[in-house]
Amino acid sequence: MTDKNSNDTLVKVQGVDKVFKRGSEVIHVLGGLNLEIPNGEFLALMGPSGSGKSTLLNLIGGLDRPSEGTIEVGGKRIDKLSNRKLAGWRARHVGLVFQFYNLMPVLSAQKNVELPLLLTTLSRAERKKRAAIALDIVGLSHRAGHYPRQLSGGEQQRTGIARAIVTDPTLLLCDEPTGDLDRKSGDEILDLLQALNKEQGKTIIMVTHDIHAAARATRTLHLNKGQLSTEAID
Amino acid sequence: MKYLYLIFSGLKRKKMRTGLTILSIMVAFILFGYLTAIRQAFDAGVEVAGADRLVVRHKVSIIQLLPQSYEAKMERIDGVDNAVHSTWFGGIYQEPKNFFAQMAIVPEELFDMYPELVISDEHKAAWLENRSGVLVGRGLIERFGWKLGDRIPINATIWGKKDGGRTWEFDLVAIYDGAEKGTDTSQFFFRYDFFDETRAGGTGQVGWYTVRIADPDKATEVAAAIDAEFANSAFETKAEPEGAFIQGFANQIGNIGFIIMSIMSAVFFTILLVAGNTMAYTVRERTSELAVLKAIGFTDQAVLGLVLGESLALTFVGGVIGLGLAWLLVSTGDPTGGSFPVFYLPTRDLFMGALLILAMAFIAGIIPALQAQKLQIADALRR
Repeated sequence: MTDKNSNDTLVKVQGVDKVFKRGSEVIHVLGGLNLEIPNGEFLALMGPSGSGKSTLLNLIGGLDRPSEGTIEVGGKRIDKLSNRKLAGWRARHVGLVFQFYNLMPVLSAQKNVELPLLLTTLSRAERKKRAAIALDIVGLSHRAGHYPRQLSGGEQQRTGIARAIVTDPTLLLCDEPTGDLDRKSGDEILDLLQALNKEQGKTIIMVTHDIHAAARATRTLHLNKGQLSTEAID
Repeated sequence: MKYLYLIFSGLKRKKMRTGLTILSIMVAFILFGYLTAIRQAFDAGVEVAGADRLVVRHKVSIIQLLPQSYEAKMERIDGVDNAVHSTWFGGIYQEPKNFFAQMAIVPEELFDMYPELVISDEHKAAWLENRSGVLVGRGLIERFGWKLGDRIPINATIWGKKDGGRTWEFDLVAIYDGAEKGTDTSQFFFRYDFFDETRAGGTGQVGWYTVRIADPDKATEVAAAIDAEFANSAFETKAEPEGAFIQGFANQIGNIGFIIMSIMSAVFFTILLVAGNTMAYTVRERTSELAVLKAIGFTDQAVLGLVLGESLALTFVGGVIGLGLAWLLVSTGDPTGGSFPVFYLPTRDLFMGALLILAMAFIAGIIPALQAQKLQIADALRR
């Protein structure tokens, strides 16, 4: 568990380049990017499509590796970890929330939330108990036995958030969490994220196109052509 | 164990496709079990053949007779413990479809040569006392519903009687059981002395000899010595191990083992493609879900294991149900109505079926599993 709203740096990105190759074409998505994110911050990352927001999020979350540069999270270099160690690190320290929820359609909300706990040594009863707590936090206890197809978009995203927080991760990474929701449901999700940041001290990095959503964050950064700035770019 | 529900929930995703694939696998394993039992029926004699027994027949053909006097000569050859003769009767009981083996043999020698035929002392004594008595295997008894004391008429196709008649009547006085599951209990043995005195021709001649040798490792040498003993005579011999003799006899119908193996190979190859296709679709459709599993901390190896686990679950359910149904079908009895000497699914082949299930699961699942293992999370989440 992180210290609530402490100011020490949790994420340190230094000189990060990310290059994709598509056939003979080389695409520079991020170039020499530097970023520090303090513990307990709720950071919004904005920028036009293709600006590298999701790529940066993936790099910080250990879902991808930089072509150059270093990434430290909680003082640990994650860009040098083996695949196996990186998977273990993600399981312990990162919670992920996706735009399209990415729930397992054949599992109930309860089982979806339990998924990350399968990687722990917790007993079945303990896994069930923790999943119930996570669902309670997002206000979905009464829908635990329902399958994703039986849930509204907002409820599915709440389930996704419950899955992200069930292991009590250091870092919550949200890739356009309200992008597929109507305004009301989106606001509910943002309320929830804000509560997790303020009340539980979760460090949150949220990629969004939505100024309204970004306004909920404690800091907003804009990414354009692989470079960060605090100013929005038209 | 905690991943089991994840594996089975993957299979529930497309119930129709999973069901049809399981059904295909099940049918393949029913065929496997049933055809294995048929092959076993043809191979049974070979498998229970004594390693210490040779069969000596006429060099030209099994239907050419040999002199009865050869028995004593064979028993004088170094390495031969005992020699007994048998003569094929080839009669018909009621109608030709009721085929079974009938042989004339010397009772005392039969007991000594074939310990796998289990006969009570009481039945042995009854047979020795009754010249027209017959010893019948349990399988044949059950096939025709015979009981001790029955008089069984057999119409001769080869051996007419001295009185010109073609119908031989035998008294059912003794029953034998098999010491092993594979022992042929469909045979009908009657006394050679009665046969030799009653038949119209061929007196003093027998069909073939079964020779027990002292050292099975010297079977080749003893066989050569027997053939050498009768070389250049009017009745030259061909001696060979009992297993090879029975196999040769079975091969007159055709190489059943090869035919069955060919059918099963074609079936399994087809089913492998079906199962492999199912697994490939399963992985392709769930690329983003597998990526999410990796994103939340499942290792590459764990994802590989999950896909292989699904493949195993798919083939296991189909394979086990298929083997079970095959076993039940085989238990209902011989499809020929009793012409097979034995008809059962050996435990050894059930284990072979279990190995086939594992092999099929691995082969069908390994390529999709490796694709899932290599999946790049960021790429897959973008799809």
